[in-house]
Amino acid sequence: MEPQTIIQTTGLTKRYDHQTAVDHLDFQVVEGEIFGFLGPNGAGKTTTLLMLLGLSRPTEGTATVCGLDPERKAMEVKKIVGYLPENVGFYGDMDAVQSLRYIAELNRIPGSEAEDRIHEVLKLVGLAENGVKKVSAFSRGMKQRLGVAEVLLKQPKVMFLDEPTLGLDPDGAVRLIELIQSLNQERGITVLLSSHHLQQVQKISHRVGIMIKGRMVAAGSVEALAREKFGVGEEKFTLEEIYMKYFQEV
Amino acid sequence: MSGLGAVYRKELSDNFSSFRFVILFALIAMVSFIISYMAGVSLKENLEGVAKPKFVFLMLFSMKGALFSLVEFVAVFGPLIGLVLGFDAINGERAHGTLVKLLSQPIYRDAVINGKFLAGATTIAVLVLSVVMVISGFGLTLVGVVPGVEEVLRLAIYVGISIFYISFWLGLAILFSIAFRSVATSFLASVALWIFLSFFVSLGASVVANSVAPVEKREGADPETVVANAQIKEGVSLLSPMFIYSNATATIVDPMRKTTRSFVLMGPMEQISSSRFQNPLSLGQSLVVVYPHLAALIALSLICFAVSYSIFMMQEIRT
Repeated sequence: MEPQTIIQTTGLTKRYDHQTAVDHLDFQVVEGEIFGFLGPNGAGKTTTLLMLLGLSRPTEGTATVCGLDPERKAMEVKKIVGYLPENVGFYGDMDAVQSLRYIAELNRIPGSEAEDRIHEVLKLVGLAENGVKKVSAFSRGMKQRLGVAEVLLKQPKVMFLDEPTLGLDPDGAVRLIELIQSLNQERGITVLLSSHHLQQVQKISHRVGIMIKGRMVAAGSVEALAREKFGVGEEKFTLEEIYMKYFQEV
Repeated sequence: MSGLGAVYRKELSDNFSSFRFVILFALIAMVSFIISYMAGVSLKENLEGVAKPKFVFLMLFSMKGALFSLVEFVAVFGPLIGLVLGFDAINGERAHGTLVKLLSQPIYRDAVINGKFLAGATTIAVLVLSVVMVISGFGLTLVGVVPGVEEVLRLAIYVGISIFYISFWLGLAILFSIAFRSVATSFLASVALWIFLSFFVSLGASVVANSVAPVEKREGADPETVVANAQIKEGVSLLSPMFIYSNATATIVDPMRKTTRSFVLMGPMEQISSSRFQNPLSLGQSLVVVYPHLAALIALSLICFAVSYSIFMMQEIRT
Protein backbone atom coordinates (compact mmCIF):
# COMPACT_ATOMS: atom_id res chain seq x y z
CA MET A 1 0.00 0.00 0.00
CA GLU A 2 1.25 3.49 -0.87
CA PRO A 3 1.98 5.52 2.22
CA GLN A 4 -0.36 8.47 2.50
CA THR A 5 0.95 11.92 1.65
CA ILE A 6 0.86 14.09 4.76
CA ILE A 7 2.31 17.31 3.44
CA GLN A 8 2.20 18.47 -0.12
CA THR A 9 3.14 21.91 -1.37
CA THR A 10 2.84 23.17 -4.93
CA GLY A 11 4.47 26.42 -5.95
CA LEU A 12 4.18 27.68 -2.38
CA THR A 13 5.44 31.26 -2.28
CA LYS A 14 5.61 33.93 0.38
CA ARG A 15 6.69 37.43 -0.51
CA TYR A 16 7.20 40.24 1.95
CA ASP A 17 7.53 43.84 0.81
CA HIS A 18 10.98 43.62 -0.67
CA GLN A 19 12.01 40.02 -0.44
CA THR A 20 10.82 36.58 -1.26
CA ALA A 21 11.02 34.36 1.80
CA VAL A 22 9.70 31.21 0.17
CA ASP A 23 10.04 30.82 -3.58
CA HIS A 24 7.84 28.32 -5.41
CA LEU A 25 8.40 25.52 -2.99
CA ASP A 26 7.43 21.99 -4.02
CA PHE A 27 7.93 19.11 -1.66
CA GLN A 28 6.08 16.36 0.06
CA VAL A 29 6.26 14.38 3.23
CA VAL A 30 4.66 10.97 3.51
CA GLU A 31 3.10 9.31 6.50
CA GLY A 32 5.36 7.84 9.11
CA GLU A 33 8.60 9.42 8.01
CA ILE A 34 11.00 11.81 9.66
CA PHE A 35 11.75 14.55 7.17
CA GLY A 36 14.89 16.53 7.97
CA PHE A 37 14.21 20.08 6.94
CA LEU A 38 17.60 21.73 6.53
CA GLY A 39 18.90 25.07 5.47
CA PRO A 40 20.77 28.12 6.69
CA ASN A 41 19.09 30.66 8.94
CA GLY A 42 16.70 32.84 6.99
CA ALA A 43 16.18 30.26 4.26
CA GLY A 44 12.43 30.38 4.80
CA LYS A 45 11.94 27.22 6.87
CA THR A 46 9.94 28.84 9.65
CA THR A 47 7.85 30.80 7.15
CA THR A 48 7.05 27.53 5.39
CA LEU A 49 6.01 25.90 8.66
CA LEU A 50 3.77 28.87 9.52
CA MET A 51 2.09 28.65 6.13
CA LEU A 52 1.53 24.92 6.64
CA LEU A 53 -0.19 25.77 9.93
CA GLY A 54 -2.37 28.46 8.45
CA LEU A 55 -0.70 31.11 10.60
CA SER A 56 0.72 32.92 7.60
CA ARG A 57 -0.98 33.40 4.28
CA PRO A 58 0.87 32.24 1.15
CA THR A 59 1.29 34.86 -1.55
CA GLU A 60 1.01 32.16 -4.21
CA GLY A 61 0.70 28.42 -4.49
CA THR A 62 -1.02 25.86 -2.33
CA ALA A 63 -0.26 23.54 0.50
CA THR A 64 -2.14 20.66 2.00
CA VAL A 65 -1.66 18.97 5.34
CA CYS A 66 -3.38 15.59 5.58
CA GLY A 67 -5.41 16.64 2.58
CA LEU A 68 -6.59 19.86 4.26
CA ASP A 69 -5.91 23.36 3.05
CA PRO A 70 -4.37 25.17 6.04
CA GLU A 71 -5.64 28.51 4.82
CA ARG A 72 -9.28 27.47 4.84
CA LYS A 73 -9.28 24.69 7.43
CA ALA A 74 -6.81 26.15 9.90
CA MET A 75 -8.69 24.74 12.89
CA GLU A 76 -8.71 21.18 11.61
CA VAL A 77 -5.05 21.40 10.68
CA LYS A 78 -4.09 22.80 14.06
CA LYS A 79 -5.94 19.93 15.75
CA ILE A 80 -3.76 17.28 14.13
CA VAL A 81 -0.47 19.14 13.89
CA GLY A 82 1.71 19.77 16.92
CA TYR A 83 4.06 22.67 16.38
CA LEU A 84 7.12 23.39 18.48
CA PRO A 85 8.25 26.88 17.49
CA GLU A 86 11.86 27.93 17.46
CA ASN A 87 12.76 29.45 20.86
CA VAL A 88 9.44 28.39 22.31
CA GLY A 89 8.38 30.45 25.31
CA PHE A 90 6.50 29.58 28.47
CA TYR A 91 4.59 31.47 31.08
CA GLY A 92 7.30 31.77 33.70
CA ASP A 93 5.04 31.83 36.72
CA MET A 94 3.35 28.56 35.83
CA ASP A 95 4.72 25.15 36.66
CA ALA A 96 5.02 22.38 34.09
CA VAL A 97 1.67 20.81 34.96
CA GLN A 98 -0.13 24.17 34.80
CA SER A 99 1.41 24.91 31.40
CA LEU A 100 0.26 21.56 30.10
CA ARG A 101 -3.18 22.03 31.62
CA TYR A 102 -3.58 25.31 29.75
CA ILE A 103 -2.62 23.63 26.48
CA ALA A 104 -5.10 20.85 27.27
CA GLU A 105 -7.84 23.41 27.86
CA LEU A 106 -7.07 25.16 24.60
CA ASN A 107 -7.40 21.81 22.87
CA ARG A 108 -10.62 21.09 24.73
CA ILE A 109 -9.35 17.86 26.25
CA PRO A 110 -11.76 17.01 29.08
CA GLY A 111 -10.42 17.36 32.62
CA SER A 112 -9.84 13.79 33.80
CA GLU A 113 -8.41 12.68 30.49
CA ALA A 114 -6.19 15.75 30.44
CA GLU A 115 -4.69 14.82 33.81
CA ASP A 116 -3.89 11.31 32.58
CA ARG A 117 -2.31 12.63 29.41
CA ILE A 118 -0.29 15.25 31.28
CA HIS A 119 1.09 12.57 33.56
CA GLU A 120 1.89 10.39 30.57
CA VAL A 121 3.67 13.02 28.46
CA LEU A 122 5.70 14.29 31.39
CA LYS A 123 6.96 10.77 31.96
CA LEU A 124 7.64 10.36 28.28
CA VAL A 125 9.87 13.42 28.04
CA GLY A 126 11.56 12.66 31.36
CA LEU A 127 10.10 15.51 33.39
CA ALA A 128 7.89 13.42 35.68
CA GLU A 129 9.69 14.71 38.76
CA ASN A 130 9.57 18.34 37.72
CA GLY A 131 5.82 18.66 37.34
CA VAL A 132 5.36 21.24 40.07
CA LYS A 133 8.54 23.19 39.44
CA LYS A 134 8.15 26.68 38.01
CA VAL A 135 9.04 26.78 34.33
CA SER A 136 11.20 29.86 34.88
CA ALA A 137 13.55 27.65 36.89
CA PHE A 138 13.88 25.13 34.05
CA SER A 139 17.11 24.69 32.12
CA ARG A 140 17.03 25.15 28.38
CA GLY A 141 16.99 21.42 27.77
CA MET A 142 14.10 20.93 30.18
CA LYS A 143 12.17 23.72 28.48
CA GLN A 144 12.62 22.11 25.09
CA ARG A 145 11.42 18.80 26.48
CA LEU A 146 8.43 20.51 28.07
CA GLY A 147 7.75 22.04 24.64
CA VAL A 148 7.74 18.55 23.15
CA ALA A 149 5.40 17.43 25.95
CA GLU A 150 3.00 20.25 25.06
CA VAL A 151 3.08 19.16 21.44
CA LEU A 152 2.42 15.52 22.39
CA LEU A 153 -0.48 16.42 24.65
CA LYS A 154 -2.87 16.80 21.74
CA GLN A 155 -1.77 13.42 20.36
CA PRO A 156 -0.80 14.84 17.00
CA LYS A 157 -0.60 12.98 13.74
CA VAL A 158 2.21 15.24 12.58
CA MET A 159 4.83 17.21 14.48
CA PHE A 160 6.59 20.28 13.18
CA LEU A 161 9.73 20.76 15.23
CA ASP A 162 11.55 23.98 14.48
CA GLU A 163 15.15 23.87 15.71
CA PRO A 164 14.32 21.84 18.81
CA THR A 165 18.01 21.21 19.51
CA LEU A 166 19.09 24.84 19.22
CA GLY A 167 21.19 25.91 22.18
CA LEU A 168 21.18 22.49 23.83
CA ASP A 169 24.32 20.84 25.13
CA PRO A 170 25.47 17.81 23.10
CA ASP A 171 24.02 15.37 25.58
CA GLY A 172 20.66 17.18 25.68
CA ALA A 173 20.53 17.35 21.90
CA VAL A 174 21.20 13.64 21.52
CA ARG A 175 18.54 12.78 24.09
CA LEU A 176 15.98 14.96 22.40
CA ILE A 177 16.77 13.49 18.99
CA GLU A 178 16.39 9.99 20.44
CA LEU A 179 13.07 10.96 21.94
CA ILE A 180 11.87 12.20 18.57
CA GLN A 181 12.96 8.97 16.93
CA SER A 182 11.18 6.82 19.49
CA LEU A 183 8.00 8.88 19.10
CA ASN A 184 8.17 8.32 15.38
CA GLN A 185 8.76 4.60 15.70
CA GLU A 186 6.40 3.81 18.55
CA ARG A 187 3.55 6.16 17.81
CA GLY A 188 3.90 6.52 14.08
CA ILE A 189 3.97 10.30 14.28
CA THR A 190 5.18 11.93 11.10
CA VAL A 191 7.91 14.45 11.90
CA LEU A 192 9.04 17.52 10.03
CA LEU A 193 12.30 18.33 11.79
CA SER A 194 14.32 21.44 11.18
CA SER A 195 17.74 21.41 12.79
CA HIS A 196 21.36 22.40 12.37
CA HIS A 197 22.63 19.28 14.12
CA LEU A 198 23.26 17.53 10.81
CA GLN A 199 24.81 14.45 12.34
CA GLN A 200 21.76 13.75 14.43
CA VAL A 201 19.40 14.57 11.60
CA GLN A 202 21.20 12.12 9.39
CA LYS A 203 20.91 9.44 12.05
CA ILE A 204 17.14 9.58 12.36
CA SER A 205 15.76 11.09 9.12
CA HIS A 206 14.27 8.95 6.42
CA ARG A 207 14.58 11.78 3.95
CA VAL A 208 15.99 15.27 4.06
CA GLY A 209 15.28 18.43 2.15
CA ILE A 210 17.78 21.25 1.77
CA MET A 211 16.25 24.67 1.51
CA ILE A 212 18.37 27.64 0.48
CA LYS A 213 17.09 31.14 -0.21
CA GLY A 214 13.48 30.07 -0.27
CA ARG A 215 13.99 27.16 -2.66
CA MET A 216 14.21 23.45 -2.04
CA VAL A 217 17.49 22.69 -3.79
CA ALA A 218 17.45 19.00 -2.99
CA ALA A 219 15.21 16.45 -1.38
CA GLY A 220 15.58 12.74 -0.85
CA SER A 221 17.35 10.18 1.29
CA VAL A 222 20.89 11.03 2.37
CA GLU A 223 22.26 8.22 0.15
CA ALA A 224 20.36 9.49 -2.85
CA LEU A 225 21.62 13.00 -2.36
CA ALA A 226 25.18 11.75 -1.99
CA ARG A 227 24.87 9.81 -5.19
CA GLU A 228 23.48 12.82 -6.96
CA LYS A 229 26.24 15.14 -5.81
CA PHE A 230 29.29 12.92 -5.65
CA GLY A 231 28.48 10.14 -8.09
CA VAL A 232 27.60 6.47 -7.96
CA GLY A 233 29.24 4.49 -5.22
CA GLU A 234 29.86 7.54 -3.09
CA GLU A 235 26.96 7.00 -0.68
CA LYS A 236 29.28 7.18 2.32
CA PHE A 237 29.37 10.98 2.28
CA THR A 238 27.92 12.50 5.37
CA LEU A 239 24.99 14.84 5.35
CA GLU A 240 27.30 17.60 6.46
CA GLU A 241 29.47 17.22 3.37
CA ILE A 242 26.45 17.11 1.11
CA TYR A 243 24.93 20.14 2.76
CA MET A 244 28.14 22.16 2.41
CA LYS A 245 28.42 21.22 -1.24
CA TYR A 246 24.88 22.44 -1.97
CA PHE A 247 25.43 25.52 0.10
CA GLN A 248 28.59 26.49 -1.77
CA GLU A 249 26.95 26.00 -5.13
CA VAL A 250 24.04 28.34 -4.50
CA MET B 1 -16.32 30.17 20.76
CA SER B 2 -13.20 28.17 20.34
CA GLY B 3 -10.60 28.81 23.00
CA LEU B 4 -12.27 31.88 24.44
CA GLY B 5 -13.12 30.19 27.74
CA ALA B 6 -9.65 28.77 28.21
CA VAL B 7 -7.92 32.08 27.46
CA TYR B 8 -10.36 33.94 29.69
CA ARG B 9 -9.83 31.66 32.67
CA LYS B 10 -6.08 31.72 32.32
CA GLU B 11 -5.88 35.48 31.94
CA LEU B 12 -8.22 36.07 34.84
CA SER B 13 -6.20 33.91 37.18
CA ASP B 14 -3.06 35.63 35.88
CA ASN B 15 -4.59 39.01 36.60
CA PHE B 16 -5.55 38.15 40.12
CA SER B 17 -2.30 36.45 41.03
CA SER B 18 0.00 38.98 39.41
CA PHE B 19 2.08 41.43 41.35
CA ARG B 20 0.62 44.14 39.19
CA PHE B 21 -2.83 43.44 40.56
CA VAL B 22 -1.62 43.47 44.15
CA ILE B 23 -0.12 46.93 43.63
CA LEU B 24 -3.25 48.18 41.90
CA PHE B 25 -5.42 46.79 44.63
CA ALA B 26 -3.32 48.33 47.37
CA LEU B 27 -3.50 51.68 45.62
CA ILE B 28 -7.24 51.45 45.10
CA ALA B 29 -7.87 50.33 48.66
CA MET B 30 -5.83 53.24 49.99
CA VAL B 31 -7.64 55.73 47.80
CA SER B 32 -11.07 54.45 48.70
CA PHE B 33 -10.31 54.62 52.42
CA ILE B 34 -9.03 58.16 52.07
CA ILE B 35 -11.95 59.25 49.94
CA SER B 36 -14.57 57.74 52.18
CA TYR B 37 -12.92 59.26 55.21
CA MET B 38 -12.60 62.72 53.66
CA ALA B 39 -16.06 62.71 52.17
CA GLY B 40 -17.61 61.21 55.26
CA VAL B 41 -16.05 63.66 57.67
CA SER B 42 -16.75 66.78 55.66
CA LEU B 43 -20.27 65.62 54.90
CA LYS B 44 -20.93 65.03 58.57
CA GLU B 45 -19.60 68.45 59.51
CA ASN B 46 -21.53 70.25 56.84
CA LEU B 47 -24.75 68.43 57.48
CA GLU B 48 -24.95 69.69 61.03
CA GLY B 49 -27.66 72.28 61.46
CA VAL B 50 -28.78 71.97 57.84
CA ALA B 51 -32.02 70.35 56.75
CA LYS B 52 -31.13 66.97 55.27
CA PRO B 53 -30.77 67.35 51.49
CA LYS B 54 -31.98 64.68 49.15
CA PHE B 55 -29.58 61.93 48.06
CA VAL B 56 -27.12 62.49 50.86
CA PHE B 57 -25.71 59.05 50.36
CA LEU B 58 -24.70 59.78 46.78
CA MET B 59 -22.76 62.81 48.00
CA LEU B 60 -20.26 60.39 49.49
CA PHE B 61 -19.22 59.73 45.93
CA SER B 62 -19.60 63.13 44.35
CA MET B 63 -18.56 65.45 47.15
CA LYS B 64 -15.07 66.85 47.26
CA GLY B 65 -13.47 66.30 50.61
CA ALA B 66 -10.06 67.86 51.13
CA LEU B 67 -8.78 66.63 47.77
CA PHE B 68 -11.11 64.99 45.32
CA SER B 69 -14.25 62.89 45.05
CA LEU B 70 -14.41 59.32 43.90
CA VAL B 71 -16.13 60.34 40.68
CA GLU B 72 -13.27 62.68 39.85
CA PHE B 73 -10.69 60.15 40.88
CA VAL B 74 -12.11 57.45 38.62
CA ALA B 75 -12.44 59.93 35.74
CA VAL B 76 -8.79 60.96 35.97
CA PHE B 77 -6.99 57.87 37.20
CA GLY B 78 -9.38 55.09 36.23
CA PRO B 79 -7.83 54.95 32.75
CA LEU B 80 -4.49 54.01 34.31
CA ILE B 81 -6.04 50.83 35.67
CA GLY B 82 -7.17 49.88 32.18
CA LEU B 83 -3.80 50.76 30.69
CA VAL B 84 -1.84 48.85 33.29
CA LEU B 85 -3.97 45.74 32.77
CA GLY B 86 -3.66 45.77 28.99
CA PHE B 87 -0.53 47.45 27.70
CA ASP B 88 1.46 44.22 27.28
CA ALA B 89 -1.42 41.89 26.40
CA ILE B 90 -0.20 40.84 22.96
CA ASN B 91 3.35 42.11 22.62
CA GLY B 92 4.19 40.61 26.00
CA GLU B 93 3.23 37.17 24.69
CA ARG B 94 5.18 37.92 21.56
CA ALA B 95 8.27 38.86 23.55
CA HIS B 96 8.07 35.69 25.63
CA GLY B 97 7.66 33.51 22.57
CA THR B 98 4.29 32.24 23.71
CA LEU B 99 2.14 33.91 21.06
CA VAL B 100 3.05 31.56 18.22
CA LYS B 101 2.58 28.57 20.49
CA LEU B 102 -0.80 29.86 21.63
CA LEU B 103 -2.00 30.51 18.09
CA SER B 104 -0.82 27.13 16.85
CA GLN B 105 -3.39 25.55 19.15
CA PRO B 106 -6.82 24.97 17.63
CA ILE B 107 -8.29 28.32 18.68
CA TYR B 108 -9.49 31.32 16.72
CA ARG B 109 -7.18 34.25 16.66
CA ASP B 110 -9.79 36.64 18.02
CA ALA B 111 -10.34 34.36 21.02
CA VAL B 112 -7.01 35.62 22.30
CA ILE B 113 -7.95 39.30 22.29
CA ASN B 114 -11.52 38.63 23.38
CA GLY B 115 -10.38 36.44 26.26
CA LYS B 116 -7.83 38.96 27.39
CA PHE B 117 -10.27 41.84 27.13
CA LEU B 118 -13.02 40.04 29.02
CA ALA B 119 -10.63 38.92 31.74
CA GLY B 120 -9.39 42.49 32.11
CA ALA B 121 -12.95 43.84 32.17
CA THR B 122 -13.86 41.34 34.88
CA THR B 123 -10.86 42.45 36.92
CA ILE B 124 -11.90 46.07 36.46
CA ALA B 125 -15.45 45.23 37.54
CA VAL B 126 -14.16 43.61 40.71
CA LEU B 127 -11.95 46.61 41.48
CA VAL B 128 -14.66 49.22 40.88
CA LEU B 129 -17.26 47.26 42.80
CA SER B 130 -14.99 46.78 45.77
CA VAL B 131 -14.14 50.49 45.91
CA VAL B 132 -17.81 51.43 45.83
CA MET B 133 -18.57 48.83 48.49
CA VAL B 134 -15.81 50.06 50.77
CA ILE B 135 -16.93 53.66 50.45
CA SER B 136 -20.56 52.69 51.01
CA GLY B 137 -19.66 50.70 54.08
CA PHE B 138 -17.55 53.44 55.58
CA GLY B 139 -20.10 56.04 54.64
CA LEU B 140 -22.83 54.14 56.43
CA THR B 141 -20.93 54.14 59.68
CA LEU B 142 -19.40 57.62 59.37
CA VAL B 143 -22.42 59.56 58.19
CA GLY B 144 -25.12 57.27 59.41
CA VAL B 145 -27.35 57.70 56.38
CA VAL B 146 -28.92 54.67 54.77
CA PRO B 147 -29.25 54.73 50.97
CA GLY B 148 -32.70 54.53 49.42
CA VAL B 149 -33.68 52.26 46.54
CA GLU B 150 -33.12 54.95 43.95
CA GLU B 151 -29.69 55.73 45.30
CA VAL B 152 -28.69 52.09 45.07
CA LEU B 153 -29.98 52.00 41.49
CA ARG B 154 -28.06 55.12 40.59
CA LEU B 155 -24.93 53.69 42.15
CA ALA B 156 -25.37 50.50 40.14
CA ILE B 157 -25.64 52.54 36.93
CA TYR B 158 -22.60 54.55 37.95
CA VAL B 159 -20.62 51.36 38.53
CA GLY B 160 -21.69 50.06 35.13
CA ILE B 161 -20.63 53.23 33.30
CA SER B 162 -17.33 53.28 35.16
CA ILE B 163 -16.58 49.70 34.19
CA PHE B 164 -17.30 50.61 30.57
CA TYR B 165 -15.11 53.68 30.77
CA ILE B 166 -12.11 51.88 32.24
CA SER B 167 -12.64 48.96 29.85
CA PHE B 168 -12.44 51.40 26.96
CA TRP B 169 -8.92 52.25 28.09
CA LEU B 170 -8.17 48.57 28.49
CA GLY B 171 -9.25 48.07 24.88
CA LEU B 172 -7.06 50.96 23.80
CA ALA B 173 -4.09 49.50 25.67
CA ILE B 174 -4.65 46.13 23.99
CA LEU B 175 -4.78 47.90 20.64
CA PHE B 176 -1.41 49.49 21.33
CA SER B 177 -0.01 46.17 22.49
CA ILE B 178 -0.95 44.77 19.08
CA ALA B 179 0.32 47.73 17.08
CA PHE B 180 3.69 48.09 18.82
CA ARG B 181 6.20 45.30 19.12
CA SER B 182 7.88 46.69 22.20
CA VAL B 183 6.17 46.61 25.59
CA ALA B 184 7.79 49.87 26.67
CA THR B 185 6.62 51.65 23.53
CA SER B 186 3.05 50.49 23.89
CA PHE B 187 2.96 51.58 27.52
CA LEU B 188 4.40 55.00 26.73
CA ALA B 189 2.09 55.45 23.78
CA SER B 190 -1.00 54.62 25.80
CA VAL B 191 0.04 56.87 28.69
CA ALA B 192 0.78 59.68 26.24
CA LEU B 193 -2.64 59.30 24.67
CA TRP B 194 -4.24 59.23 28.11
CA ILE B 195 -2.52 62.49 29.08
CA PHE B 196 -3.38 64.08 25.76
CA LEU B 197 -7.04 63.10 25.75
CA SER B 198 -7.65 63.70 29.43
CA PHE B 199 -5.79 66.94 30.04
CA PHE B 200 -4.79 68.64 26.82
CA VAL B 201 -8.06 68.28 24.98
CA SER B 202 -10.00 70.26 27.58
CA LEU B 203 -7.31 72.92 27.51
CA GLY B 204 -7.35 72.92 23.73
CA ALA B 205 -11.14 73.15 23.77
CA SER B 206 -11.13 76.53 25.46
CA VAL B 207 -8.29 77.75 23.25
CA VAL B 208 -10.19 76.80 20.12
CA ALA B 209 -13.46 78.19 21.44
CA ASN B 210 -11.87 81.48 22.45
CA SER B 211 -10.15 81.96 19.14
CA VAL B 212 -13.20 81.10 17.06
CA ALA B 213 -15.80 82.90 19.18
CA PRO B 214 -14.02 85.20 21.62
CA VAL B 215 -16.11 86.27 24.59
CA GLU B 216 -15.50 89.65 26.19
CA LYS B 217 -14.82 89.30 29.86
CA ARG B 218 -16.53 92.62 30.58
CA GLU B 219 -20.25 92.96 30.71
CA GLY B 220 -22.32 93.26 27.60
CA ALA B 221 -21.01 90.21 25.84
CA ASP B 222 -23.12 89.17 22.89
CA PRO B 223 -25.28 86.22 24.07
CA GLU B 224 -24.93 84.47 20.72
CA THR B 225 -21.15 84.49 20.96
CA VAL B 226 -21.33 83.17 24.49
CA VAL B 227 -23.49 80.30 23.29
CA ALA B 228 -21.25 79.66 20.30
CA ASN B 229 -18.20 79.69 22.53
CA ALA B 230 -19.76 77.18 24.89
CA GLN B 231 -20.87 74.96 22.04
CA ILE B 232 -17.47 74.87 20.39
CA LYS B 233 -15.85 74.18 23.72
CA GLU B 234 -18.18 71.28 24.38
CA GLY B 235 -17.79 69.96 20.84
CA VAL B 236 -14.01 69.82 21.07
CA SER B 237 -14.16 68.42 24.59
CA LEU B 238 -16.18 65.48 23.30
CA LEU B 239 -12.92 64.15 21.88
CA SER B 240 -11.90 63.39 25.42
CA PRO B 241 -13.28 60.17 26.90
CA MET B 242 -12.79 61.70 30.33
CA PHE B 243 -15.14 64.53 29.44
CA ILE B 244 -17.67 62.08 28.07
CA TYR B 245 -17.41 59.95 31.17
CA SER B 246 -17.76 62.92 33.51
CA ASN B 247 -20.85 64.02 31.67
CA ALA B 248 -22.24 60.51 31.56
CA THR B 249 -21.94 60.04 35.29
CA ALA B 250 -22.69 63.59 36.38
CA THR B 251 -26.46 63.57 36.61
CA ILE B 252 -26.43 59.94 37.69
CA VAL B 253 -24.55 60.40 40.92
CA ASP B 254 -25.45 64.05 41.29
CA PRO B 255 -29.09 64.37 40.28
CA MET B 256 -29.40 68.01 41.29
CA ARG B 257 -26.45 69.31 39.35
CA LYS B 258 -26.82 72.52 37.37
CA THR B 259 -24.27 73.65 34.88
CA THR B 260 -23.99 77.24 36.02
CA ARG B 261 -21.23 78.13 38.43
CA SER B 262 -21.45 80.40 41.41
CA PHE B 263 -18.46 82.48 42.39
CA VAL B 264 -19.78 83.91 45.59
CA LEU B 265 -17.99 82.67 48.66
CA MET B 266 -20.28 80.37 50.58
CA GLY B 267 -20.19 77.42 52.87
CA PRO B 268 -19.86 74.11 51.05
CA MET B 269 -23.41 73.03 51.71
CA GLU B 270 -24.86 76.30 50.51
CA GLN B 271 -22.62 76.13 47.50
CA ILE B 272 -23.91 72.70 46.73
CA SER B 273 -27.51 73.82 46.99
CA SER B 274 -26.99 76.95 44.92
CA SER B 275 -25.35 75.11 42.04
CA ARG B 276 -28.07 72.54 41.94
CA PHE B 277 -31.68 72.27 41.06
CA GLN B 278 -34.07 72.50 43.94
CA ASN B 279 -35.45 69.09 43.16
CA PRO B 280 -33.56 66.12 41.80
CA LEU B 281 -33.88 64.96 38.23
CA SER B 282 -35.74 61.68 38.17
CA LEU B 283 -33.72 58.57 37.37
CA GLY B 284 -35.36 58.22 33.97
CA GLN B 285 -34.63 61.84 33.10
CA SER B 286 -31.06 61.48 34.35
CA LEU B 287 -30.62 58.58 32.00
CA VAL B 288 -32.01 60.62 29.12
CA VAL B 289 -29.47 63.34 29.86
CA VAL B 290 -26.51 60.98 29.99
CA TYR B 291 -27.61 58.66 27.21
CA PRO B 292 -25.73 60.35 24.33
CA HIS B 293 -22.52 60.30 26.31
CA LEU B 294 -23.00 56.69 27.18
CA ALA B 295 -23.57 55.88 23.52
CA ALA B 296 -20.40 57.80 22.60
CA LEU B 297 -18.40 55.81 25.15
CA ILE B 298 -19.69 52.50 23.82
CA ALA B 299 -19.06 53.60 20.23
CA LEU B 300 -15.49 54.54 21.10
CA SER B 301 -14.90 51.12 22.66
CA LEU B 302 -16.31 49.38 19.60
CA ILE B 303 -14.14 51.39 17.22
CA CYS B 304 -11.12 50.55 19.31
CA PHE B 305 -12.00 46.87 19.16
CA ALA B 306 -12.67 46.89 15.44
CA VAL B 307 -9.25 48.41 14.79
CA SER B 308 -7.60 45.86 17.11
CA TYR B 309 -9.25 42.99 15.25
CA SER B 310 -8.34 44.16 11.81
CA ILE B 311 -4.71 44.75 12.73
CA PHE B 312 -4.34 41.50 14.66
CA MET B 313 -6.02 39.36 12.00
CA MET B 314 -3.79 40.66 9.22
CA GLN B 315 -0.61 40.77 11.24
CA GLU B 316 2.27 38.41 10.59
CA ILE B 317 2.82 36.65 13.86
CA ARG B 318 6.51 36.06 13.34
CA THR B 319 8.71 37.93 15.71
